[in-house]
Amino acid sequence: MTRRADVLSALDTVRDPELDEPVTELGFVSSCTVSAGGDVQVRLRLPTYFCAPNFAFLMVADAYDAVSRLPDVRATEVLLDDHFASEAINAGIAARAGFAESFAGFAAGELDELRVDFVRKAVLAGTDRVCRPLLAEGRSPEDLAGLTLGDVPPSADLERLRARRAELGLPADDASALLVDVTSGAAIGVQALPLHLARARVTRVNTDANGSVCRGMLSHRYGTRGEGQLEELP
Amino acid sequence: MYEKDGEKYFVVDSHMHYWDASPANWVKGQEQFAKGWIECFHAYMGLAPEETHWPIEKFMKYSEDDLMKDVFDEGYVDVAIFQPTYLKDWYTEGFNTTERNGGLSEKHPGKFVVNTRFDPRDGQAGLEELAANVERWGSKGVKLYTAEWKGDSRGYKLSDPEAYTFLAKAQELGIKNIHVHKGPTIWPLDKDAFDVSDVDHAATDFPELNFIVEHVGLPRIEDFCFMATQEPNVYAGLAVVIGGLMHARPRFFAKVMGELLFWVGEDKMTFGSDYGIWEPKWQVEGFVDWEMPESEEFADYPRPTTATKKKILGLNAAKLYGIEVPAELRLPDDTPAAPDDATLVEHGATV
Repeated sequence: MTRRADVLSALDTVRDPELDEPVTELGFVSSCTVSAGGDVQVRLRLPTYFCAPNFAFLMVADAYDAVSRLPDVRATEVLLDDHFASEAINAGIAARAGFAESFAGFAAGELDELRVDFVRKAVLAGTDRVCRPLLAEGRSPEDLAGLTLGDVPPSADLERLRARRAELGLPADDASALLVDVTSGAAIGVQALPLHLARARVTRVNTDANGSVCRGMLSHRYGTRGEGQLEELP
Repeated sequence: MYEKDGEKYFVVDSHMHYWDASPANWVKGQEQFAKGWIECFHAYMGLAPEETHWPIEKFMKYSEDDLMKDVFDEGYVDVAIFQPTYLKDWYTEGFNTTERNGGLSEKHPGKFVVNTRFDPRDGQAGLEELAANVERWGSKGVKLYTAEWKGDSRGYKLSDPEAYTFLAKAQELGIKNIHVHKGPTIWPLDKDAFDVSDVDHAATDFPELNFIVEHVGLPRIEDFCFMATQEPNVYAGLAVVIGGLMHARPRFFAKVMGELLFWVGEDKMTFGSDYGIWEPKWQVEGFVDWEMPESEEFADYPRPTTATKKKILGLNAAKLYGIEVPAELRLPDDTPAAPDDATLVEHGATV
């Protein structure tokens, strides 16, 4: 039988594509129930009524997929509350329709390209997370250009970076370069290095600042903790 | 004018509003959007110091007296620039229109700059309305909200041919400054609505116009920063950065400011309170007191000086709008923040 804890673990794998963080930790899962027969209902909430509908759709769709893949789940229902496009999104997910069909007349295609663009940003931000401690230890930027992923001490940030690179089909094994172009996967040379690291830094600052604003807005809007929500670090 | 430790700061609030979002102004059948919009704004107020929070009733419709007191009497602002947002699909008389703002300006001469707006989807009638507004209110700037809903449309891009027609007309009418505000929807909805590449195109094709990207492109600061290094006529509007981060998230505030100083430079950043979302008083006081933290994670960033703060709080916007600054409030070496004054930007691109 599916336990509630299994459903929440499944939801831990669902990320906000813009923030690259799990919807659970962000506080977006307002409730999660599992019936004796294996019917699961998940309710999601977002920081504002006008959060971008395309990213909202991706989170609801990904949550549906993650939960319905669990063994012994009989029926899955994922509902987005309090959003201007709740109705279109919830109906679209329930009907297993794609984005273009759910927003007929308002969309020209599906969201794969959008998702890829944001995984690329996640790789850049993750590059800063992994490189910053190395630089703090006294390594020069030029040193970093010579490192492989296998040269970097293990950390959660490194695993996260590998996972995002693998998602994009970029090299992610121990032998591959630490610094790669997020589109081509080619290693970054010494010449392009300073700009690459500066871009990685500003991309991470943007993501972190947005995450912080989103948490503040969510807390102002609801004032209650979501399922699996993490307290924000000061 | 704000004075602290013997330094005097000329304050231009380059992004503020006088709106009416009260239920009496909600369009029938669209109430959920009108209500959702103002509640979303109100949540942003939650990021300000608690003693400055307003109840939602006042937030929906504040009075002329509130505005004059909060912005000028207590907020240190010398000149305030109205940035209209119409949203007439949701608000019967508009959310805050050129006329509503202009009416207030006429009662308080010398206090306000009245910007207008255009919507590329309005066709010939829109071009005529733009010309009439520029003539009636003497506007030198327009505010564009690209995510505005209009019938079945969910927004537009600055690179649309219709937008170019309006930009050309605006330039011909003497408009200098284009304030761009990105929102969460455009057509088609499967694209990133916050993408700023359309501003990049427009800024290249209209080199005589200045493009002030409001909220520094948030939530796409990185895209905005890359773009600003390429385009000498692109500026960073700091509304939301100071109001939304300085008090609630000081560490991220320092990082975002650091990135902007690094990529865009202090000559191209302008203060805006986003009133009535946030009162200017605490923002001006806090910003003058603010210093870049000294720890390692901030080591890449330029250090703001008193001159930096004077430029950002008012002198840069005064140049964009030709606002007269009293001699005692100018910087000794007063180089203009003109489009060719882009040393820091070039530096950012080549580091």
